[in-house]
Parts: sequence; structure tokens; C-alpha cells
Amino acid sequence: MTEEIIIAGFGGQGVLSMGKILCYSGVMQDMEVSWMPSYGPEMRGGTANVTVILSDKRISSPILNSYDSAIILNQQSMDKFESKIKPGGILLYDGNGITRHPERNDIQIYRADAAAESAKMESARTFNMIMLGAFLKIKPVVKFENVIKGLKKSLPERYHHLIALNEKALIRGAEIIQPVEVA
Amino acid sequence: MAENVLNKEMIKPENLVYTKTKVLTDNVMHYCPGCGHSTTHRVIAEVVEELGIQSEVLGVAPVGCSVFMYNYMDFDMQEAAHGRAPAVATGIKRLWPDKYVFSYQGDGDLAAIGTAETIHACNRGENIVMFFINNGIYGMTGGQMAPTTLEGMKSSTTPYGRDWMQMGHPLKITELVASLPGTYYVTRQAVHTPAYVRKLKRAVRKAFEYQPKKKGVSFIEVVSNCNSGWKMTPVQSIKWLDENMLDFYPLGDIKVPED
Amino acid sequence: MAEEYKLMKGNEAIAEAAIRAGTDGYFGYPITPQSEVMEYLTAAKPHETTGMIVLQAESEVASINMLYGGAGAGKKVMTSSSSPGISLMQEGISYIAGAELPCLIVNVQRGGPGLGTIQPGQADYFQATKGGGHGDYRLIVLAPASVQEMADFVSLSFDLAFKYRNPVMILSDGAIGQMMEKVKFKEQVPRMTEFPDWATTGKNPDRERNIITSLDLDPARHERFNLKLQRKYKEVQEKEVLFEEYMCDDAEYVLVAFGTSARICQKSVEMAREEGIKAGLFRPITLWPFPSKELESLTSHVKGMLSVEMNSGQMVEDVRLAVHDNIKVGHYGRMGGIIPAPDEIVEALKKQIIGD
Repeated sequence: MTEEIIIAGFGGQGVLSMGKILCYSGVMQDMEVSWMPSYGPEMRGGTANVTVILSDKRISSPILNSYDSAIILNQQSMDKFESKIKPGGILLYDGNGITRHPERNDIQIYRADAAAESAKMESARTFNMIMLGAFLKIKPVVKFENVIKGLKKSLPERYHHLIALNEKALIRGAEIIQPVEVA
Repeated sequence: MAENVLNKEMIKPENLVYTKTKVLTDNVMHYCPGCGHSTTHRVIAEVVEELGIQSEVLGVAPVGCSVFMYNYMDFDMQEAAHGRAPAVATGIKRLWPDKYVFSYQGDGDLAAIGTAETIHACNRGENIVMFFINNGIYGMTGGQMAPTTLEGMKSSTTPYGRDWMQMGHPLKITELVASLPGTYYVTRQAVHTPAYVRKLKRAVRKAFEYQPKKKGVSFIEVVSNCNSGWKMTPVQSIKWLDENMLDFYPLGDIKVPED
Repeated sequence: MAEEYKLMKGNEAIAEAAIRAGTDGYFGYPITPQSEVMEYLTAAKPHETTGMIVLQAESEVASINMLYGGAGAGKKVMTSSSSPGISLMQEGISYIAGAELPCLIVNVQRGGPGLGTIQPGQADYFQATKGGGHGDYRLIVLAPASVQEMADFVSLSFDLAFKYRNPVMILSDGAIGQMMEKVKFKEQVPRMTEFPDWATTGKNPDRERNIITSLDLDPARHERFNLKLQRKYKEVQEKEVLFEEYMCDDAEYVLVAFGTSARICQKSVEMAREEGIKAGLFRPITLWPFPSKELESLTSHVKGMLSVEMNSGQMVEDVRLAVHDNIKVGHYGRMGGIIPAPDEIVEALKKQIIGD
């Protein structure tokens, strides 16, 4: 099993940390992982993306231009990555700020309005965990309990009191995800 | 006959008034006769001997006339790239914090190409001794203008005299480093008279004695002559130094430790 | 089992491995994309555990000269930087090679020339393997292709550096520096307590003084010194070549690539094999000494080679020298911080090497 994922959005949305938690979860269940971010000025407030690969064998290229799954968090990323999903692959997006919705009919498209949901939960920080919960619902590449373990590993101890909230966000994401039909 | 008697008399141990320090090797120095480098080397070697730190001292030689300093000092030394002696000395001292570490540089090395290393070693307060030999000229390369060349002073690249409109002003880097909190002891000395040599030796001894206190850089400028570069006889050059250099580079302590 | 692994960036792995290798001193200056090395080291406070010194210098010029001082005084010292900073260090590297001092220099490459880009590149191959500074000298150059190798090559570099009294460079790039992967570290090695007999550690009465210098104005003696250096380099070439082959046994076409490019090429090989092309990957791990003989031996059954690099064609010159004119050799490269994609490499292989 090899899963090649692109997570893309704005800096500050938790794109890189979502990828990191996914990788930690993979490490917890003895998988090979790679996390390849875009870096540079992009890190400082512009667009951010990270390629995450989880596999049960040695990972070859950490850099790809086609993906099994894409988690899309803004319009620029939609425009950039929709076409790069492999046929039959998954596109999961947050509808907030999206003006041109995905159009391909050879991939599976899902929507989870995590931004709206995180506002309801009164914590913008839960946004990326809601998206991750939604993704794992349709693509359970890592076990839920390993995500919690991964969180503990990747979060500094002073943030461990937030783990319960993140757990709630993961569950909420799994509840709100909706399939999208393209006409 | 009378001569032989005199020689025999002279070599009697009780008549010995001066001997070469063991901390200098027997290699013949390559410096021009009259140059201040050899005297300064000797002073450093004598202080190392008197303090009994020959096995604890690590020196860094520069690029310039004193590039071969390591041939004359009988202790461990490293030869640095041009201007980098304070960085090399920093590397050594940080990794051997209990050794006595010093750098030795001329004016081009310390105050032109190596200005950044000089300022930052002083600003970090490295626990080293920095020797700065200022003769106002590039001696080794044949008498070109140095950052410390006086206004109006002739060199092979300022054949009509240094014009500050073109070449800027002579740099008083010693006063500059004295303004940094990382320097502990800053002094300007000379070697062209026996009295000055004795004063220099006292300063050198203090600088090495301060080092184990780990209070920062001890910086010793030695205003020196370069008879070859200045196109003078040794005697003329000493006179010229006395009459011209010391007005602009006044001798004495610039920063004295308070504790 | 899983507990032993850490998830880390390549830059962080170098830093942790440096502490564990018993490094005495790190001297550096910030530059993207490798600043995490010094950030990790300063946060880890190794002076409280192993006694390792970490110092932010005023420039790369100062850093490399601090290395010179530390190495000359017998200590295990290293620096890291990225391409423009490594250019600034070239003078010091030449002096270090000339004074035969062991040390580790890490180059997390970015694209050039000039200020270039902060995105990854491999255009410092010539600089690293052919000189860079002045004079006849060589660095031993190791090219890691994973975060694990970033960690492993630190202690390997120090072993080689002290064995041959020669500077060693880890030639990495921004992609491996910034990428996170699983990594397992070796046990902590204590810092050295005994020092080489040539080092300036203080002249005890029982020995002659030690001098660290690269200067010698006696022509005959200096030529003898240069010849000695060349003998040392020859020995390194004979004994220290490292490389990795992937599906080369039955390969008709071989991609030659190092570092990040090699990782991508591994995927290209898999893609080509799916299309029925018998492709393989040859990965030089030591870029100097270059695995020329090993590459040449492949020409017995390989019809063509494509050197894939993030530059305009540098290592391809060594590939051509290795295989002579026996087989077709091409180059495929991307620049500007662009990383070649696996499928475009397969296309280039078909177009340039396999033909119709």
C-alpha cells in the first residue's frame, strides 16, 4: 500500500502540521513516511503545500506531480492541483472561499466545510483536524488511535491539553464530510 | 691577547646580563634590520617563558610580514588566512577554553581585510589576546597603503601622499574596539626605544595574566616602523615614527580593567 | 520498534547526528534552506550534555576559519551552509585542505548562480568535486538521498576526515534538508579525549612544537607536499568509493543520479519498468571519489545512460569519462529550483537514449 497525498492551502491553515500529524500516525504503525513541504517565502503567509507519502515499502520519490489524494483548502490550490489527481483518486475540499468548484468526473470528490465547523467549535485551530478527520473517514490510511498518538508526539507538551479538543475535531470531520456529485 | 682575556671574562656566568629566551627557536628571523616585529616577537616569547605557559599557549599567525612567526616561537601555532586570525583564534579558544590563545596581525590584516573578524571577536568578548602591529603600510607586498597610513604619507599606491578625499582617513581601529563592551584591556604601545619595549612587555604580561579571568579581549596595538616600506634607514624610520605616528596614534592605555 | 524512530527534517537529523557523533564544535551562519541545523543545535543545548560548542559566527568566512582553528587544535568540528555561503567559504576550505585538517562541511544546496533561489538545486557539483577554492586539492564528497543518510553520513564523514586528515563535504540540497522522514540515530559517542599528535594542543616538553600551515616557499619541498597530497587522494579513490545500484542487474538503460534526483529517478525506474523498459538506477554516494570503475562495468550490458541532475549538466561529465564512448550518455536537468518529475525523466530517457 502506498498513498500519495497533497495537502494545499494558505499558510496559517495548519497545512504543514496536518501533514506532520499524518506522518507521525504512520510512524506509529510502522509505515514508511515522507513529508515534503513547499518552503521559502510561501511559508510566510502565502500558499503552503506539503506532499505526504505513506507506504509499507521504501518510498522512492518524495516529490510528485500526480497524487492519489488531494486535500484542498483554497481556490489557488484547487486550480493548481485538481488536474494532478490520478483518475479514481480523491479530492477533499473545504467549501469556504471556493468560487470554482471541482469539475472532474473521473475522481471521487468530497467536501467538508471545516472552516464553518471550526467557527462553531469556537476554535480556528481545530480546522485542520476537522479536515483530517474527514479525510480519514473516506481513506483510513492510518488508525484513529495512532493519530492521537501521533498528535502527542508532534505537539509540544504545553499543548497536550488541546488533544481532547483535537480528538473532538477529528470525529466532527468524519461526521460532516459529504460526497459531491459533478454533473 | 687582551681581547681574549676580555672574552673569557665576558662569558663568565656572573657577568651574564641578557640571554635569548628559550621560547624563541634558533631560526634566524627574516625581518628587515630595524623592524619592530622581531622585538615584539621577543617580548611575547619572554612573557610566555616568565609566566611558564609555554605548553599552554596557542598562537595564530597572520598573512603579512609576520606570516612566518611560527618559525620563531617555540610553541604550537597556526597560520591563518589573510585577515582571519581572530576567527581562527576564536575556534581554538572556544574548544580549548583553558589554554592561552593569541592572534598576531598587521594593519592590513587586522584593520582592512579582517575588519569584520576583528570587530566581532572583540564584540563577542573572546578570551584571547589580540596583537596589532601598526606600521601604517603593507610591508610584505612592497609598501602599499594600509588603512592606518597617515594622511599625506607616501606609499607605493599613494605615491603623492594619502589624500583622504580619495582614500579616506587613517583608521583608529584600536579606539574603535575599545568602545566595544567585549574588550577588557586595550592599550597602544611601541617598540622603538628600550623604555617603550619595557612598557610593552608589562602590557603583554598583563594581557596574558588577564586571560584566565575570562573577561574578554585584551587588545595590544604596537606602533611600529617599516624602514623598507617607508624607504628610510632604520634610524630615520624611528625618528619619523616618533615625530609623525605618535601624534595620530598616541601611546598609552585606552581601556583599563576596572576590577 | 516504532519508538526508536523519529520523524525529522534532514537539517534537524544532521544536527542531532552531530551531537551524537561527539562533535566538539559547530560554527555557522544562517542561510535558507539550512538554518534549521543551527536552530536545532542551539535549542538542544549540547554544551550541557556532551560539552559541544555551538557558535553563530559573523559570516561564513568567519565560520570556516573557526573550523580551521578548531580542527587544527585537534577537535571534531563542522559547519553547514547553503550554496552562496559555501562559495564564501572556499578560501578557508582550500586552506583547510592545504593544512590537511579534518572537518565536516555540509552544503544544503539551493539553485544558483548568484543569489539564485532558495529552492533546491544540485549545481554545486563542480564546486564540490573539482575544487572550488584555489590549488590542487580534493574534498571527499558524500551525497545523501534520505533523511536517514543525512544522519548516518555525519559520523561517516568524521571517520573519513580523521582517517585521511582531509575535509569532507556532505552535499545535500534544500529538498532533503526540508523533507521529513523516519530516522533512527546511533548511540551517543563521547567526545574525544585523545587528540592527533600533529594538532596544536600545547607544546609539551616531550615533543617539538606543532605548526598548522599551508605555506611553504621552498619549491622542491612544496612540490613534494603536493605529491603527497595526490598520493592520499589516490588512496581515497581506491578505498572509499560508495554507490548504490537499483535494478541494474538486467538493465538496458540506466539513470545516473545522486541525492534528491536519485530518489525521483527510483520512481522513474519503476514507471519505466511498468512500460516494459528495462531501466535501472545507479546512485553515486561518494561524488568524489566518483564510482567510475563501477559505472564502467555496467557498460557490458547497458545500452545507454541518462544523467539526471538539478543543474545544466555537471556530473554527466564524470559519467562520460567513466564509460568512455562505449555507450550513449545523455543528460536531463532542471534548474531554477525546479525538481524534475518522475514521468518527465522517463520521457527524457525515451527521447534521448532509447530513441524510436
